[in-house]
Amino acid sequence: MFKKRQPHLVIIGNGVAGVTTARHVRRRSDMNITIISAESRYHFSRTALMYIYMGHMRFEDTKPYPDWFWRQNRIDLVHGFVTEIDTDNKCVRLQDGREIAYDKLVIATGSKPNKFGWPGQDLPGVQGLYSLQDLQRLEEYTPHIRHAVIVGGGLIGIELAEMLMSRDIPVTFLVRERYFYDIILPQEEARLISRHILEHGVDLRLSTELKEILPGTDGRVRAVVTSHGEEIACQFVGLTVGVHPNIEVVKNTPIETNRGVLVNEYLETNIPDVYACGDCAEIRAKEPGGRNRIEQLWYTARMQGEALGRILCGEHVAYDRGIWFNSAKFFDLEYQTYGQVSPQPGDDEDSFYWEHPDRKHALRIAYRKPGMQVIGFNAIGIRLRHRVCERWIREGRTLDDVIQRLPEANFDPEFYQRFEAEVARQYAESRHAVAESAVA
Amino acid sequence: MQLLQIQPLPDYLRDQYADLQVDELPEYRELTGVKKVGLGLLGIGSLLLLIALTGFTSEHPWLWFFLTFGLTSIGGLMYILAQLKESPPGIKNNHNFTRSLTARGAAGWLIGVVFTAFYIILYWFPSVFQNWIQMVDPVSRLLRGDPADHWFLYGTFYTFAMLIMGVRMFVRYRHNRYQLIRTASVMFFQLGFAYLIPAFLRLMNQPEFYFSYFWPLKYHYLFPNDVRWLMSQPGGLGVFMVFWGAMLTFVATPVLTYFYGKRWYCSWVCGCGGLAETLGDPWRHLSSKSRLSWKVERNLIYSVLGFIIITTAALWINSATEGRVLGNLSQTFARAYGFFIGAIFSGVIGVGFYPLLGNRVWCRFGCPQAAILGILQKHFSRFRITTNGAQCISCGNCSTYCEMGIDVRMYAQEQQNIIRASCVGCGICAAVCPRGVLKLENGPVDGRY
Ligand SMILES: Cc1cc2nc3c(=O)[nH]c(=O)nc-3n(C[C@H](O)[C@H](O)[C@H](O)COP(=O)(O)OP(=O)(O)OC[C@H]3O[C@@H](n4cnc5c(N)ncnc54)[C@H](O)[C@@H]3O)c2cc1C
Ligand code: SF4
Repeated sequence: MFKKRQPHLVIIGNGVAGVTTARHVRRRSDMNITIISAESRYHFSRTALMYIYMGHMRFEDTKPYPDWFWRQNRIDLVHGFVTEIDTDNKCVRLQDGREIAYDKLVIATGSKPNKFGWPGQDLPGVQGLYSLQDLQRLEEYTPHIRHAVIVGGGLIGIELAEMLMSRDIPVTFLVRERYFYDIILPQEEARLISRHILEHGVDLRLSTELKEILPGTDGRVRAVVTSHGEEIACQFVGLTVGVHPNIEVVKNTPIETNRGVLVNEYLETNIPDVYACGDCAEIRAKEPGGRNRIEQLWYTARMQGEALGRILCGEHVAYDRGIWFNSAKFFDLEYQTYGQVSPQPGDDEDSFYWEHPDRKHALRIAYRKPGMQVIGFNAIGIRLRHRVCERWIREGRTLDDVIQRLPEANFDPEFYQRFEAEVARQYAESRHAVAESAVA
Repeated sequence: MQLLQIQPLPDYLRDQYADLQVDELPEYRELTGVKKVGLGLLGIGSLLLLIALTGFTSEHPWLWFFLTFGLTSIGGLMYILAQLKESPPGIKNNHNFTRSLTARGAAGWLIGVVFTAFYIILYWFPSVFQNWIQMVDPVSRLLRGDPADHWFLYGTFYTFAMLIMGVRMFVRYRHNRYQLIRTASVMFFQLGFAYLIPAFLRLMNQPEFYFSYFWPLKYHYLFPNDVRWLMSQPGGLGVFMVFWGAMLTFVATPVLTYFYGKRWYCSWVCGCGGLAETLGDPWRHLSSKSRLSWKVERNLIYSVLGFIIITTAALWINSATEGRVLGNLSQTFARAYGFFIGAIFSGVIGVGFYPLLGNRVWCRFGCPQAAILGILQKHFSRFRITTNGAQCISCGNCSTYCEMGIDVRMYAQEQQNIIRASCVGCGICAAVCPRGVLKLENGPVDGRY
């Protein structure tokens, strides 16, 4: 008897989205699996790039799976760059001329750093931070420089600041917003973190934008000019103003794109047997007139990969990212968020905020006004249990209830100072004040 | 770290900076001067230590003691404490893989050779240290009422190293109470239970007994000779010592491990663990995480455990039968164990190779105590490291900084609890995790896996 020929699953991109898809397919099926990727032979953790530069880890330490894992799980790795997808003949072509046929194709090509057409943005010494190659260029450009400028107050910008500071390179950080990250964080948290950044010795220029980048006589970057007309001398400029889906390879194919590769909630493109997931995917709004979603996080890429793995094995379950969560670290401050905490809450939302006088610990609990059902948490310098917060939000617990049960959500290491009592005290006082003003 | 002075502060920033109360910020700056003086003193102290090896110390032992131990300690502390003013509290792992000392560079090898040479001389050519022994002689007379020998010298070095490098841990982990308390604990047990109390016992003409060690790490505490000798001591203290040792081995070990995991001993009490967690901390990331190492680890550590169990049993059979069954064989076993395991493995390789193989080589591959505690931890314990939902970003810090070579990330990214026989519960994975994913916990045994 002949064994049934297994279909061939080809995945472009070995980022977390691509490899998670592969792993979840392998758990459920004997399909042949090939991952093609250009950046590195083996999957590594993009989130750990900063630690390589700072010397906390070597590149090999950032590989989430040891090299034998792929062979053992019969996942073939092809190190190469896909230049063409031929959906008629169901094959992909690589830069080196190889042609690989597929039965099912997954596009998981990730993102590319944004550039907004600034004069001088392509000068040597000006770059973003996304790929391993970016890290190599950073290694080339940053030794012996006297000053660096980073543009863009997001999560990668602050990581880049920390990286450069670890090598004693003074950093000027241009942030468009009034306070760092206040497009995502409410004012109090944004201020707390801005202050922390200053404490770390960063020259933080709030409400400041980049105007242009000036070349020196050697053709490399010499200075930047800000929106305040100031010229700041520097030998390196980090552009960290967000990312956009990397869909180069999909252009000139019948696969529909908008900003990203358009997919439905089953991560299917308009072409049969072609799927997309991770940073490069743009998920169509379910309801007409709704907004399409592009999710550019490690977590969402992983969850999409898992969902797609199931879908490819015949489970008809839509991708559902569940209750929102994210986390980051701003120098020494850990930040976790669960559910929905708006920087500018609407009329039906409000929140309770507590901050320790040391300004290194803070907690915000957002709720919907009428019934005071908790909808989100922001924790800074305090670790909260993901599953507990998620459950509370899902169950629609009231603020009263959550404040009382707060110790259940604590995930700090043993012996850490606990703040629940202080939080509860402040909460009781604020309730009291509300009650009094109601009486008055 | 370097604080950038923006001079003058541009007008457009005034409001926002005032809002942030920037003028109240603590200031951090490089204390290069203090550190250089510290390093200088450390260097001079070390040089004098070398010179002391060649003579002079018998004339003015106290003076030499202060010039060597004193200067190196003061220098080391200056260097360490300066860091308090240099940067805010937080994880300090910058350059670990690029600095020669901590990345198996020339400096790392040099320290490795020095450590290894020290152990070889200590075990097999102690007379080389004669002048150092002279130097600590007055200390020994003061504490123990007896002249110093090379073991007292070793204990003194050991204790100093742990105390100074313990202070380094305090500075390094000043934001982390688990680390502060745990470090204080190992320092306390070393200074009290492994240095001062045994010395004091000797001063009182009692057996020099280490209450913080027991069988099988201190294997001869359950050997027939030691037991009989202790039991025969006048005053009853010897009997208590035998009882204490047996109690730790047979009662405290299972009970405490059930409640807290093996960490109650390995990273809170044990002197070997204590040295690894203080002196050895700069090299924790060098432990191998490969699958092969894990295999070697399991084979080796349980072999050593088997070796010491057989040796102990043989000695007792021998003693019960007065040598008729095994003849000299049991003594040969005991001597072989002492040589290969006690000296070569735990000393020369265990500590000598810190800068090359990481700080827990002995604990991971050799220690029979760790083997027993590990079996209990894996099968009969409330201890586990839990992972926080889906927050792991697979960065690898936890695995990299695991001194026992556990691939913590492998579990964390799958959202599984980490329950491994080798985990000593040092808590560093939880400390270095940038996303707050890991927590050491004791909880119900059901549903632990
Ligand atoms: C410095 C940094 C820090 C971050 N930190 C966090 C964090 O803390 N938390 C978080 O949630 N998110 C973080 N992110 C975002 C997160 O890393 C991304 O969302 C995630 O990696 C996206 O995964 P992906 O698999 O979709 O794409 P990618 O990881 O980008 O993988 C796509 C791969 O496809 C390859 N590829 C593309 N085109 C081709 C082609 N034509 N042929 C062959 N190969 C191709 C690319 O080279 C790349 O290797 C961070 C990102 C960066 C850059
Ligand atoms: S350090 Fe934390 S985030 Fe990084 S791999 Fe380990 S558990 Fe995951």
